[in-house]
Amino acid sequence: MKRFLIFLPLCVAIAIGLAGWWGLNPDRDPGSVPSALIGQPVPVFDLPAIEGIGVSGLSTQDFTDASGPILVNVFASWCVPCRAEHAVLTRMVREDGLVLVGINYKDKPDAAAAWLTELGNPYDRIGSDETGRAGIEWGISGVPETFVIDTNGIVVFRYVGPITSDAALANIRKALAQAGADKP
Amino acid sequence: MIPEIGQFALTLALMTAVVQGILPIWGAARNNAVWMRSATSTAFLQCILIAIAFGALMRSFVVSDFTVLNVVENSHSLKPMLFKVAGTWGSHEGSLLLWTLILAAFGAAVALLGQNIPTSLKARTLSVQAWISIGFLSFMLFTSNPFDRIFPAPLDGNDLNPLLQDVGLAMHPPLLYIGYVGFSIVFSFAVAALIEGRVDPAWARWVRPWTLAAWVALTGGIALGSWWAYYELGWGGWWFWDPVENVSFMPWLLGTALLHSAVVTEKRGAFKSWTILLAILTFSLSLLGTFIVRSGLLTSVHAFAVDPERGIYILGLLVVSIGGSLTLYAIRAPKMDPGGLFAPVSREGGLLINNLLLALATATVLFGTLYPLFLEAVTGDKISVGPPFFNASFIPIMLPLVIVMGVGPFLSWKRADLPGVFDRLKWVMAITLIAALVVWYVQTKGPALAVLSMAIAVWLLLATLREWSLRIKLGQVGFGESLDRLRRVPRSSHGMTLAHAGLAVCMFGFIGSSAWKSEEVLFVEPGTQIEIAGFDVTFEGTERVQGPNYVAAVGVLRVSRNGREVTVLRPERRTYPVAQSQTTEAAIRSTPAGDLYASITEPANQDMDGKWTLRILYEPLVGLVWLGSLMLVLGGLTSLTDRRLRVGTPKRKTAVAPLPIVGE
Repeated sequence: MKRFLIFLPLCVAIAIGLAGWWGLNPDRDPGSVPSALIGQPVPVFDLPAIEGIGVSGLSTQDFTDASGPILVNVFASWCVPCRAEHAVLTRMVREDGLVLVGINYKDKPDAAAAWLTELGNPYDRIGSDETGRAGIEWGISGVPETFVIDTNGIVVFRYVGPITSDAALANIRKALAQAGADKP
Repeated sequence: MIPEIGQFALTLALMTAVVQGILPIWGAARNNAVWMRSATSTAFLQCILIAIAFGALMRSFVVSDFTVLNVVENSHSLKPMLFKVAGTWGSHEGSLLLWTLILAAFGAAVALLGQNIPTSLKARTLSVQAWISIGFLSFMLFTSNPFDRIFPAPLDGNDLNPLLQDVGLAMHPPLLYIGYVGFSIVFSFAVAALIEGRVDPAWARWVRPWTLAAWVALTGGIALGSWWAYYELGWGGWWFWDPVENVSFMPWLLGTALLHSAVVTEKRGAFKSWTILLAILTFSLSLLGTFIVRSGLLTSVHAFAVDPERGIYILGLLVVSIGGSLTLYAIRAPKMDPGGLFAPVSREGGLLINNLLLALATATVLFGTLYPLFLEAVTGDKISVGPPFFNASFIPIMLPLVIVMGVGPFLSWKRADLPGVFDRLKWVMAITLIAALVVWYVQTKGPALAVLSMAIAVWLLLATLREWSLRIKLGQVGFGESLDRLRRVPRSSHGMTLAHAGLAVCMFGFIGSSAWKSEEVLFVEPGTQIEIAGFDVTFEGTERVQGPNYVAAVGVLRVSRNGREVTVLRPERRTYPVAQSQTTEAAIRSTPAGDLYASITEPANQDMDGKWTLRILYEPLVGLVWLGSLMLVLGGLTSLTDRRLRVGTPKRKTAVAPLPIVGE
């Protein structure tokens, strides 16, 4: 018994070490939360456009007949991290040439329009989700959140929080590349 | 040129550390006195070389040398000088350099001050310390070199994260690191003793001042960090059970246990193997903390730039140091003799309970911190463990500890007279009961646990003061004689009184500010009136203020009580254009009774122009958290002055026998 107790600290240390080694896997991102939607088709929803910004609304239809992978970003003008993320998204659209659509979550359309006028609009389409109903369909836990949808309209990746770190950006790019590779 | 000197000094320091890691320990095995003594000079040399490297990096920050990548990433020419200097340790690389500097400084301090330590023990200790240095110096040189250059040099830097541009936070890492890294020397002493195969009271006496110094710094570092979170983050709290806070708290808890168990080893020759284990584990937890913070293993509000490659390297260091030392422990510990016997009710018994509860509390925090990782590894589920878990598990462990803490100092070594102790404490018990009833009467709404905790804190404070007054025979003999006794009582026991009382004061703050706080979060526009905790607050609007590297909107809140003007609160929302981020500067009106705390964030959206989100809180007694922490630090320092005298005494055997200090 005493012998065992003497080795106990070492055993605990080894267990923690193994967990740590496992946790260092570069593909693992502690910020990513698995979603029940991964591998599922885009949920059914239909959101109106925001008046006066010149892009149309967003609905399930837009994903089923897409020609390439689509990045869906859930944002709101009242969300401070979204402001930080906005710059990153804008640069991604400019440099990578991807298709970015937005869900404007629980936001006043006027406020969102003003926000986009101030910062610029990188989105191809924006659905105004004033009630948060579509947010529930997508199962989001807060803003910002970002999803990658492949050409078949299947959700392949989800990221919670602002995409401001290099690691997050790399993960999104990887998911986009994989989603694009499936193109028939 | 200067950065290259730094780089060169760092490389030389690594080589010196290799020599220091091999020669003295080999000399100790072969009984070669010259090889053993070489540890002193290599320890100095290594410290000087790392100091040169640190100076070189600091100079690059001070003159804003944007050819150095680290300066570009973490500084800006417009930044105030204090934060340019603090930028030296604001990044992963720079803080690692500070880490190794403190590591080497502790080695040099042992070389300098530990003149009465036997040569072989000193040689082995410094060699072990050098091995830790080798690990971290090579880590820095191979994966995170602070002196990497960038070409072409950009015109200006990216600015340090504005949240970190704060005086409290500029001082927080150095203190925290002195604490973290200070335990390294205790670890080295423990490993050296295991290699030597001998642990005796003298060993404990050499180790204690170092433990105490590290503990004092860690206490200060944690207190500063929580103070920063309190007034900078603008959430109105001072502790969030965040993984990064937990990893600094665990070494503190175990270090506290070590501090107490080393006393038993020193005075009674007992708990030897346990003290050694605590010494190893305390530093292991510091290393684990470094690993968790820098590898991005867990999500946290605090984050360094994360890089899995670095994580693997630190994990390797952990495996070698922790795995190696614990294996050595498992081999050597069974051969240690158990030491002095004691009755269950005795000073030893009290300290045993202290140690068990502190170790249990540490295990709880460790479990809560790592559980999400384990669960994810085993089942793939992602969860986060938050304050409810820690509050529900940690507090019930700590409360009995605090009760025992009140009694402990009254107990005598070997066998104590418990009825006698309670007889001396009868007034304390009576007043505690009255205090509990008063608290209950005043705060009938408050949770029962808060009333109980408050009573226990009162108990600790009074019992500590009672013990102190008995020690100096206050009121039993003439005032002059009491004063005379006050001077002759060893400083370490004054230190204990101060630290124990400090914890009681901390507890008043913890309880008051968490159980009885009032909080309002609302939209305000000029003219909005709020009533909180008896204060009438009027929001008058905002002013724009230009700072050195930020612009701020300052809210003006007029506060009155019963129609009389009390103060004007000016919470700020700062925007740093270069770093593209914003910070909250809370406005706090502090009084001993509690803090009125206000912070603002910008209008929720554009057409609500002039409307701000105001968070206003009243936190009773919260100032006592830091007053108590200060008392803990001062208590440790007081005790340290006593220790140093004793450590400095070359001939301990002939020293004057200690005075009879236990009253009656």
